[in-house]
Amino acid sequence: MITVTALKKNFGARTAVNQVSFEVEKGTVLGFLGPNGAGKTTTIRMIAGFLMPTEGSVTVLGHDVQADPVSAQRQIGYMPERTPLYEDMTVEGFLRFIAEVRGYRGAERTERADQAIRACMLDSVRHQVIDTLSKGYRQRTCLAQAILHDPPVLLLDEPTEGLDPNQKQVVREMIARMASEKVIIISTHVLEEVEAICNRVIIISNGSVVADGTPAALKQRSKHYNEVHLSLGSASGPAVKALSALDEVQRVEVVAERDTTCELRITPKQQAPVIAAVLKAVASHGWPVTNLKVDGGRLEEVFRQITRTEDAA
Amino acid sequence: MSSRTTIRAILKREWGAYFNSPIAYVFMVIFLVMAGFFPFAVSGLFEGGQATLRPFFFWHPWLYLILVPAVAMRLWSEERRSGTIELLLTIGVTPTQAVVAKFMAAWLFMMLTLALTFPVVLTLIYLGNPDLGVAFTGYLGSLLLAGAYLSVGLLTSAMTRNQVVSFILAVLVGLFLLLAGFPPVTELLSRWAPEWLVAVVAGFSFMPHFETMQRGILDLRDVVYFLSVIGFMLCATHEVLKSKAAEG
Ligand SMILES: Nc1ncnc2c1ncn2[C@@H]1O[C@H](COP(=O)(O)OP(=O)(O)O)[C@@H](O)[C@H]1O
Ligand SMILES: [Mg+2]
Repeated sequence: MITVTALKKNFGARTAVNQVSFEVEKGTVLGFLGPNGAGKTTTIRMIAGFLMPTEGSVTVLGHDVQADPVSAQRQIGYMPERTPLYEDMTVEGFLRFIAEVRGYRGAERTERADQAIRACMLDSVRHQVIDTLSKGYRQRTCLAQAILHDPPVLLLDEPTEGLDPNQKQVVREMIARMASEKVIIISTHVLEEVEAICNRVIIISNGSVVADGTPAALKQRSKHYNEVHLSLGSASGPAVKALSALDEVQRVEVVAERDTTCELRITPKQQAPVIAAVLKAVASHGWPVTNLKVDGGRLEEVFRQITRTEDAA
Repeated sequence: MSSRTTIRAILKREWGAYFNSPIAYVFMVIFLVMAGFFPFAVSGLFEGGQATLRPFFFWHPWLYLILVPAVAMRLWSEERRSGTIELLLTIGVTPTQAVVAKFMAAWLFMMLTLALTFPVVLTLIYLGNPDLGVAFTGYLGSLLLAGAYLSVGLLTSAMTRNQVVSFILAVLVGLFLLLAGFPPVTELLSRWAPEWLVAVVAGFSFMPHFETMQRGILDLRDVVYFLSVIGFMLCATHEVLKSKAAEG
């Protein structure tokens, strides 16, 4: 549904986005991750038809965004990072204005605005002037504007930034509900959000794509992936010795040790699964296990790993 | 979703915004007070024993010079400063539609203000027997002049997000377009410049075109002149907006 090809954007001498390419299909919730200044907003603005690329192209449902921005924009709901709104209007007046610009007339226009108000839970503030809204309501008004025409493509630039945990949850649930029939691109630097709602992640750093995959696949790139944390109700000595001898094990570290308890970290070779071998050793030696955990990898760590090496380069 | 309905939707929003903002009322009140006051106090309307609107219209170019940029300065600057331009230009509105809608709303607002000066005409009708044809071309000229100033203000507003800079630029350009054909200036100019040069410079000016209409002469060339200035400025505004999208 969306094809981004060799997208590039220069601001003066500075390259903000460089050779970004990806394709997104229906049903995808794409998390667009990257440190501040990585080029997330600039990329999304080019997809939305607000900024013209220096090079490259974007098509949305077959419409070339540069050649025919209006046709592409009909398929897109866009929530800009700054949540710009016409401050002097009421929430209802604003959404009716958006509905009118989106081409709805008469009763349908009112109905569209009402639906968006309901979907974003804005009933209590519908007659309030936007100027006086709290951050959470502003954010939701801007989201309401984006979903008003039920577009097949949603571009949300940091939609939960600055919200409290409850409000974040509300917005995430809304996104999850819409996910199956749409393409949703969410820019964020909140990693828990990506794990909660995205089924694909693109990490962008210094304007370039540095990773692209499912959250689970990315987590496997974590250096802690498949590590086993083992707590025993005995001294560590014999266990460390036996486990270190296993073929699959790279290294065994004692994380904590008291008189009769210890905690071990077992690092596998090449992040391969090692739990089966560990369990076998536990069973054959009859160690008193008190706790056992396999590390599924941490997105946060992968993110830091990838973006830091990029920064250093 | 036709272009016309999109323009109408934006026009309606802009129109509403005038009545939510103090600057519109300030414009209206100052214009009405000044437009009513100057002719009586300075130019002696009613004193010459003639029922004519010329002293009334005489002040309009000078009032517009300051007041129109004050209204126009926020038109694009404000959208850029608050970021709403990003909203406006990503919901299926072309820059052309947005420019036209903003211009029309502001021009209609000025038309309303001008219409509110009707008591001046009524007073003249009561006192004497004014030439209503001259009154009509006078009003038409004033409206076209306001539109021309407005189109300049719209352009300078698109050029910068700083409203003060936008205002000053608009006043300077307006002043040039005004003075280039103002009789005292052209007389001064013709003392040392060749006749044709004075004519060319004056040809750019609002003044001669406004003047003919004040004399009750409806010449198509004057109307075309004002509409060309407006068209040119709106196209330039459009180009500025597009280049900002390319530059970021
Ligand atoms: N309009 C602009 N003019 C100049 N530089 C810009 C502009 N917009 C963004 N940049 C620069 O481009 C880089 C990427 O910015 P941005 O896309 O906003 O990053 P992100 O959204 O990932 O934080 C930054 O270095 C930023 O300073
Ligand atoms: Mg950003």
